[in-house]
Amino acid sequence: MTKSELIQRLAEHNPHLYQRDVELIVTAIFDEITAALARGDRVELRGFGAFSVKRRDARLGRNPRTGDSVHVDEKHIPFFKTGKQLRDRLNAGS
Amino acid sequence: MAGRTVTRAQLSEAVYQEVGLSRNESAELVETVLNEISDALTRGEMVKISSFGSFAVRKKGKRIGRNPKTGEEVPISPRRVLVFRASHVLKDQINANLTKLRPAKTSAL
Repeated sequence: MTKSELIQRLAEHNPHLYQRDVELIVTAIFDEITAALARGDRVELRGFGAFSVKRRDARLGRNPRTGDSVHVDEKHIPFFKTGKQLRDRLNAGS
Repeated sequence: MAGRTVTRAQLSEAVYQEVGLSRNESAELVETVLNEISDALTRGEMVKISSFGSFAVRKKGKRIGRNPKTGEEVPISPRRVLVFRASHVLKDQINANLTKLRPAKTSAL
């Protein structure tokens, strides 16, 4: 399922909304999550999962082709932990 | 790091601000979005949200684990796990903000 298919589905379930509004809604949700993570906040959606940001320290890496050592800056990476309910749903009946 | 937690309430508020829906309906829509994503994943489908990231379901085979405390062997049955891969847009936004906030280490050297 892609973002546009998600929008399509929502529009079908909500015939009273303009497709354009459904698009704005979906975009607003993911933008809000992005903005929170960019502030360093956690996003916790019970039953679904939690998004957080992890810091990776600067390190000395290596160019795997030449073997030269290169400085890798500190960076932040987004992380998602699946919620218990969703995890259980994925494994229900298996 | 700020360390605050954003929940469904803030997402609903963002939806509420965006279009002229009631607060109740905004909250319902947030729930519906999460449910649609969960349903697709449960069907084994991959969910790709452009400029955010993708969720995929991965099958893990059976393996023998160990209870780290007792050293006892425990069988781990096959299961499905969810993996999230952030898009470059999301990674870049996070780094543009957070990595800049700290005083540059290089200038101290």
